[in-house]
Amino acid sequence: MAGDGVIDDHQVDTSRRVFLTAATAATGAIGAAFALVPFISSWMPSERARAFGAPTELDISKIDPGQMVIVVWRKQPIFVVRRTPAMLASLAGHDDRLKDPTSANSDQPPYAKNVQRARTPEYLVLIGVCTHLGCMPKARFEAGFPELGADWPGGFFCPCHGSRFDLSGRVFDGSPASVNLRVPPYEYPNAHTLVIGLSDAAQKGAA
Amino acid sequence: MAAPASPPASTPKPGGLRAWIYKRFPVQEFIADQLTGYYAPKNFNIWYFFGSIALVVLVLQLATGIFLTMFYKPGEATSFDSVEFIMREVQWGWLIRYLHSTGASVFFIVVYLHMFRAMLYGSYRAPRELLWLIGMLVYLALMAEAFFGYVLPWGNMSFWGAQVIVNLFGTIPVIGSGLVEWIRGDYGIADATLGRFFALHVAAVPLAILLLVALHLVALHQTGSNNPDGIEIKERVGADGHPLDGIPFHPYYTVKDIVGIGVMLVMLAIVVFFVPSFGGLFLEAPNFEPANPMSTPEHIAPVWYFTPYYAILRAVPDQRAGAFLMFLAVALFVFLPWLDRSPVKSMRYRGMLSRGALALFAVSFVVLGYLGLQPAEGLYVVLARIFACCYFAFFLLMPWYSRIDKVKPVPERVVFHAHE
Repeated sequence: MAGDGVIDDHQVDTSRRVFLTAATAATGAIGAAFALVPFISSWMPSERARAFGAPTELDISKIDPGQMVIVVWRKQPIFVVRRTPAMLASLAGHDDRLKDPTSANSDQPPYAKNVQRARTPEYLVLIGVCTHLGCMPKARFEAGFPELGADWPGGFFCPCHGSRFDLSGRVFDGSPASVNLRVPPYEYPNAHTLVIGLSDAAQKGAA
Repeated sequence: MAAPASPPASTPKPGGLRAWIYKRFPVQEFIADQLTGYYAPKNFNIWYFFGSIALVVLVLQLATGIFLTMFYKPGEATSFDSVEFIMREVQWGWLIRYLHSTGASVFFIVVYLHMFRAMLYGSYRAPRELLWLIGMLVYLALMAEAFFGYVLPWGNMSFWGAQVIVNLFGTIPVIGSGLVEWIRGDYGIADATLGRFFALHVAAVPLAILLLVALHLVALHQTGSNNPDGIEIKERVGADGHPLDGIPFHPYYTVKDIVGIGVMLVMLAIVVFFVPSFGGLFLEAPNFEPANPMSTPEHIAPVWYFTPYYAILRAVPDQRAGAFLMFLAVALFVFLPWLDRSPVKSMRYRGMLSRGALALFAVSFVVLGYLGLQPAEGLYVVLARIFACCYFAFFLLMPWYSRIDKVKPVPERVVFHAHE
């Protein structure tokens, strides 16, 4: 008998040893995976960034018809356009040249899922970030704008990769962007105030 | 002509400092293994400069980068000003920064030539597949390093370049938008983004590159270098046990490489002193104004070394497909060892099909690089689509054309003409 603690090679239970080694390694790996959580989470928007992401207000009574105002919400330019009746009329008649005329695959609150893509047709509120790769589209409101062709109804043009959108932010065929410009959540607490962005809870309900 | 035997290692004097060190640290063994006893084919040509030049450029980037870190302050409010401070007020700061910014472009020139060499002589073929794969990881790490570095000066092109590249990840189905928010750490490219890119640029990615370069050399010294004839010199060994067509890396190739490094440094100096922005190719004009999230530059183009892929991205009229094809264009290099079915390695012994395909690929890469710098409109888009097809055809048709291609007989020994 190996009484002094020395184990004979024949007595080693290798399958038990393999199992214990594997179990220890697996437990260690799970522990290591959990240890990654704080490091990965540290990259999420900080509390400060979240606080600065709070809703922003705009007095829309000061916007002239046909004028666009750009405000910043969550570090993104927000386009607010007061559309004239002529601009609204330009939305009709080119559905066959749009990728998503009914906004079925696009990102907007339910109240903006219509031709005007707005709560009230007169005011267009869009996130001014091209849905292709995030450049800021330029306003090209005049119909037949020289570089954009005689059949240009007026809208937005992205200088980076040439995406084209109409005056509701709906994307034209032949653009690298696949979906319409996004509409942020917004509301009108009174007749002349626009609030862009909602509390997190309300936003989840709206989306 | 028999290959010279490796010079006998000098025996240190007993009781001296060298003997004291050698007993405790394997200096001699390392030199013998890696330099004086590492036999490289004797028929290397000009294409074989670029590996060691890349190593020198890596050291240049690390040295200049460490000094830039001493003066640069990452942050939305401080980055742009601290770079201007380096350029105008730090003694010789302009030189250190221009060496770093030019060094980045030189790094890519050298790496692209190094990769083309491997494609020319079949250096990625068995038994060097892992060497090639590790090299591809170095290339990927280098692209990440260059991108992060490009964001740091926080000029307007830095900002919008970061915006476009980070948004590429938003095209991934389901997780895309959450992933983009995680990468940015904010609802737009912001202070948080700059901070993490800085940490990745100065610490994480350089460490990864150093590790991968070390692994690249380990894999190289395991298989030995390929050569312009694509012959395994280890299969013809002389009486001394060394390859008949091999010569010790040191002193023969170290001395040769110093000449190439000298030429590279002269060219680097010419650019740094006379054309540091290289006509907007190395440093772009919009980056001389601070980042402005409310104003996209008229025309966004990445630095030249990314433009071939950028042209592919823009050539596709669907954003998800475009991003996918762009990543595929980079990833296809990884599969070269298995796509290539030719019985010979080197282009010297391949037929017109393989040679024509490689030539067309090289032309496509350069033309796409040019198109990526131009606006995405009209004829440029049509050309980008044609050359993107050529680019992909080179890889995807390779199993077919490399097999049916007519090859010439490969000699038993390397072709070598000694200088008189």
